[in-house]
Amino acid sequence: MNLFTLAVAYLRSRLLASVLQVLLLAIGLASIVAMLLVSTQLADRVERDTRGIDLVVGAKGSPLQLVLSSVFHVDSPTGNIPYAEAMKLSRHPLVKKAIPLALGDTWRGYRIVGTEHALVEHYGASLASGRLWSGQMQAVVGAEAARAGGAGGSPLKLGDTVVGSHGLVDGGAAHDEHPYEVVGILAPTGGVIDRLVLVSVETVWDVHPLPPGAVATLPGSPAAAAPAPTAGAAPARDDGHGHAGHSHARPAAKAGAKPHSHSHAPAHDHPHDGPRDSAASAGSPGGDVAGAGGSTKPAPGRELTALLIQYSSPMAAAQLPRLVNAGTAMQAASPAAESVRLNRLVGVGVETLRVFAWVLLVAAGLALFISLYGTLSERSRDLAMLRVLGIRRRALLALMLLEGLLLCAAGGTIGLLAGHGLTEWLARSVPALSQWALTGWTLAPGEGWLIALALLIGGVASMLPAVLAYRIDIAKVLARG
Amino acid sequence: MTVLEVNALSHRYGNATVVEMPAWSVEAGEPWLLLGASGSGKTTLLHCLAGILVPTQGSVKVGGTELGSLHGSALDRFRGRHIGLLPQRLHLIDCLSVIDNLLLAQYAAGLPRDAAAARGALETLGLAGRAHERPHRLSFGQQQRVALARALINRPTLVLADEPTSNLDDANCSAALDLLLDQASRSGAALVIATHDQRVKGRIERRVELAGGKVVSDMDPAAGQMVLA
Repeated sequence: MNLFTLAVAYLRSRLLASVLQVLLLAIGLASIVAMLLVSTQLADRVERDTRGIDLVVGAKGSPLQLVLSSVFHVDSPTGNIPYAEAMKLSRHPLVKKAIPLALGDTWRGYRIVGTEHALVEHYGASLASGRLWSGQMQAVVGAEAARAGGAGGSPLKLGDTVVGSHGLVDGGAAHDEHPYEVVGILAPTGGVIDRLVLVSVETVWDVHPLPPGAVATLPGSPAAAAPAPTAGAAPARDDGHGHAGHSHARPAAKAGAKPHSHSHAPAHDHPHDGPRDSAASAGSPGGDVAGAGGSTKPAPGRELTALLIQYSSPMAAAQLPRLVNAGTAMQAASPAAESVRLNRLVGVGVETLRVFAWVLLVAAGLALFISLYGTLSERSRDLAMLRVLGIRRRALLALMLLEGLLLCAAGGTIGLLAGHGLTEWLARSVPALSQWALTGWTLAPGEGWLIALALLIGGVASMLPAVLAYRIDIAKVLARG
Repeated sequence: MTVLEVNALSHRYGNATVVEMPAWSVEAGEPWLLLGASGSGKTTLLHCLAGILVPTQGSVKVGGTELGSLHGSALDRFRGRHIGLLPQRLHLIDCLSVIDNLLLAQYAAGLPRDAAAARGALETLGLAGRAHERPHRLSFGQQQRVALARALINRPTLVLADEPTSNLDDANCSAALDLLLDQASRSGAALVIATHDQRVKGRIERRVELAGGKVVSDMDPAAGQMVLA
């Protein structure tokens, strides 16, 4: 028997109220912890994944979608850009580094990216085993994708095969006839590359061969282009495929309704013709396209999804986006600017949750105060009797504070644990969040302060009742009977 | 040995004198009655004797210690160790079990928790089987015995009982009184029973009677005197 057991006994005697106060506080704190965990991890991820990428060039459409799809790999692409056009831009003097991306398929929810070795270098990834791809149908798998991916839940090994399926969400039509061989597995970086499956651009093209119609739409044959848009370009935009004319589940009409089709302002004819018209007006002869290539083979009519660009000089920031947006049918989006926009969008939700959480915390403090204060007159006989038995004034003060602090310590502990659990659960089960690879099992900055805050709430709420208990007039209470 | 000594005590609320007691002394082991109707000042006097209330004037000595010389924590500790109070409404702590109520009295007085002594006390009072029950599940008579055990657990030199028989029928009144006298004499404590219950009068000879806050009679057969005011 001591003050602690006495405090616990009193809390247990009003179990329902005690549990309610603990829950209120725990829910409030859990919300704050989840918010902190998600927002810091998102900010961290955005910062890390956009580092070194000054500009993303892709098909016209929502610039945010372009950045989300090509930098963070969490959204469908806006469409495709002509390979030749992209290669021409990559040789521009203001461009220091340009990495091509050909997107479209996923393997168990992990995106398959057709690209060059430069991407691995850009993200600072190193091989944990194997080697980089050197030919067709060879894949290098990011650490996280490899860990999750093998048969029967075991990690992926070198020599295993992976099969892409359509779209960003698992479960699309599978390209069973095109298995990739795993030739390399990357070491974890903590960045987006951990969740990618890398292949060569040509591999993506091979899996999605160009239909005859698309090949026919070569420069200088505008008449042949007429039947192409519905057969080829529109589906390509819909799911961001690296080729045209793929047999597709989604109707072309849906693709046609997408804003990027309309944002093709300069060219009133179908989108497929746009790039060539613009290129021509920019002074590049159409024949130049065939000669473009860099490390990949020149292929007329081939397409990319996006180009990640690093500037060679600060001047590029002023010139390059304008050049792309006005001078070509492609669009340029700045990851930094779009991240700010993304933060603003997410910020509304976060702000709402924050207000909600603080309201809960205030409510928890009030509930605790009301419970302690409201039962004070009822408890006054007990308190007086404790004094008669020899308990000192300051021990009564301590008893009341202890009750408040115990409740808040319990609420704080449960709240923090629940916040981590909630984040982990959200990260796993909400599709929009699961692609960001968040985790609940990490510490959020300022979590220690939340425990202090919980105890502060307990202290403040029980202070007045404690002082009143300290000042209780024993004789008056006992004489009242 | 003189356990309780009252000298020129008076207590006032504002200008109204509630109780006055010129002199009173109680020896160790003696049972006394403090008689008087409701509002005669009995409870106020009892609170002054218990060190719960500081009288406006005069002195109260318990076991030779002047209560007025103790302040704050020292008075709380002294009260916990040397004075046992059996309140009329019992005031058992209902969120604690019966035995914890006794251990609480030890803790409150700053004494080591002696579970064996607490169990022994409950056994003596026929409550051994109820040790882990909550007080409200017991009958009033049983609750009163728990309160008595709590008042006596620290072996106080002075036990003050406020209207211990007012809620009891004749048979229980007699039994409760027997128990009170028996337990007090066993622990060697002086006992003061404040009551207006006529049934108690025949049992205890030493008595002080209050009316309107003043002592109207004071009878101590041992001293062979009866004072009429």
